[in-house]
Amino acid sequence: MTTLTLGKALNTGLRKAMEDDPKVVLMGEDIGKLGGVFRITDGLQKDFGEARVVDTPLAEAGIIGTAVGLAMRGYRPVCEIQFDGFVFPAYNQIVTQVAKIHARSRGRLPMPITIRIPFGGGIGAVEHHSESPEAYFAHTTGLKVVAVSNPADAYWMLQQAIACPDPVVFFEPKRRYWDKADVDLDVAPPPLFTSRVVRAGDDLTLLAYGPMVKTALQAAQAAEEEGRSIEVIDLRTLSPLDLGPVEESVRRTGRCVVVHEAQTNLGLGAEIATRVTESCFHSLEAPVLRVGGYDVTYPPSKLEEEYLPDLDRVLDVVDRAMEF
Amino acid sequence: MTAAPEMQEIVDPVPGAGEPHLPAQPDLVQLLTPEGERVEHPDYALDVTDEELCSLYRDMALVRRWDVEATALQRQGELGIWASLLGQEAAQVGAGRAMGTGDMAFPTYREHGVAWTRDVDPLHVISLFRGNDLGGWDPVARRFNLYTVVIGAQCLHATGYAMGIQRDDAEAAALAFLGDGATSQGEVNESFIWAATFSAPVVFFCQNNQYAISVPIERQSRVPLFQRAAGFGFPGVRVDGNDVLAVLAVTRAALARAREGSGPTFIEAFTYRMGAHTTSDDPTRYRLAGELEEWKLRDPIARLKAHLSRSGKAGPDFFAAVDAEGDELAVRIRKGTLEMPDPAGTEMFDHVYAEQTEEIAAQRAEFLSYHEGFEQ
Repeated sequence: MTTLTLGKALNTGLRKAMEDDPKVVLMGEDIGKLGGVFRITDGLQKDFGEARVVDTPLAEAGIIGTAVGLAMRGYRPVCEIQFDGFVFPAYNQIVTQVAKIHARSRGRLPMPITIRIPFGGGIGAVEHHSESPEAYFAHTTGLKVVAVSNPADAYWMLQQAIACPDPVVFFEPKRRYWDKADVDLDVAPPPLFTSRVVRAGDDLTLLAYGPMVKTALQAAQAAEEEGRSIEVIDLRTLSPLDLGPVEESVRRTGRCVVVHEAQTNLGLGAEIATRVTESCFHSLEAPVLRVGGYDVTYPPSKLEEEYLPDLDRVLDVVDRAMEF
Repeated sequence: MTAAPEMQEIVDPVPGAGEPHLPAQPDLVQLLTPEGERVEHPDYALDVTDEELCSLYRDMALVRRWDVEATALQRQGELGIWASLLGQEAAQVGAGRAMGTGDMAFPTYREHGVAWTRDVDPLHVISLFRGNDLGGWDPVARRFNLYTVVIGAQCLHATGYAMGIQRDDAEAAALAFLGDGATSQGEVNESFIWAATFSAPVVFFCQNNQYAISVPIERQSRVPLFQRAAGFGFPGVRVDGNDVLAVLAVTRAALARAREGSGPTFIEAFTYRMGAHTTSDDPTRYRLAGELEEWKLRDPIARLKAHLSRSGKAGPDFFAAVDAEGDELAVRIRKGTLEMPDPAGTEMFDHVYAEQTEEIAAQRAEFLSYHEGFEQ
């Protein structure tokens, strides 16, 4: 067991991936000498050289577009997008190229590209450093999308994403970069595209991913003190969704609440609520409810605590679900 | 108040409009005049055998025959759309034949002439425009990427591929094709920055065919396109795009320069799209017939034919044989198109991912079961 912050777990995972496969190339803005604005690539350029840890020009479409060419040449690019709001200059390359080239070439051109995006709010920054754009990517066929919530997953899932033959958009909960946990670097991890029950319970199923898993666990803890038993599932994979464990859970609890930071309208919660309703209709005691960001522009940081779901807002919606 | 400086005319979209010759453009590389006269250029010597000249003529003539047949097939309802290369045969064949076996081409959607030089079966290009697939050839085996429709996106792919060549320490180069309109795209400009700062072995081959669908070059640039390269820190060359020999020589030199580690080059092949943008377009709405007539006098195939004939390097038998070969090719294309089987419905589910997801596998099963329901 090693105690790692989530950020250091990512760094360690990147190092391992680079040691395991000489075709892994990191690309991004300020990822070399500086080690990235969040220091996730700290020390890697020094150890692996400038050809494998590339400080790119300041142009996100260029990062992803050249990664496509490198992938065609047999490389496995791992691209860092500095902040969630900065992914949009690269959106064209991600959606029209990265996501489609495998299908267009009937599999002759695999796109093993990992796109790392620090996402979510809670760090007191401007709006383009605080957003949750995962639904745009989960909606795009041809991409796979995951979000990590804890140091062990950060270490393993990043390596699994890099090894994946398909493009993976990898969301990192930036406000949890400094959270610490014990990580077993030797245990075999669960498959990448699987969700996982992280707290067992009987009365309600609470779904979350990325930064909201911690919030959901805190809510479940608080609810227990009020005598409610809440099961928490960390979705981990957003596309494809792995709803098997969710359905198994909801059939037992009869109630389901989905939590995410992203705006609620057409967020992941909408798709999950639909699918859970379709598959568990006869078991449901209440409609599937959502707790998310309001459908507004991400607010100035003085207001973000009001905007983001927190323990109290989650418990409030849990109460509503229980009252049905 | 000082008088405004006299406006300098810096863009000449159709040099020499009104006369059938490209006028003296000091920067234009030309090795074969529109009349078919072989001329020398101090920077671009080219030794070609008579056989090579005949082979270039054959390439261009066959590619044009293919293009004519494809346009006819579209008019007869057999293709959804066709993007004609009429008039750009020299630019494409010259660039394609300049490539080495290890080089990789990144085309737009009009590079049928380059496809020809990379031994891509014309029917594999036709199948895309017929709607049978999203690109039927093997881009890895042919070293000719799939067509890219989002304008300019391929320039970054070519640059990234060239960065891979650097990391492999290989003697190869990437050749990115783009049009005049694409030079306005942000991604294309990013690819220039990337290529320059990493000194990547990539050549940007811009066919300036004077129009981005309907919009003339003046709306894309206030300077001749080849001059833009200087601002990015690499050479730019303007070549007579209707002169297959000049294109061959200039592209060969640029690719050699890239392979030896001296970085990118921007080539502006100055040419003209003699046909419509695609079969859905109507060029009479935005350009004058006289302009086309002037460019017909600079036809890339006619000028090489004139050279071969006048110099005695090829005679009527050769031209008749190429014509006959063209007719055979057209028959093969027509027959192959009409006999092309429709794709299976399940095809659309099968290649979305390298590792199929349960979600799409379930939709595929549902699709099959839905259709089986009709058969009972």
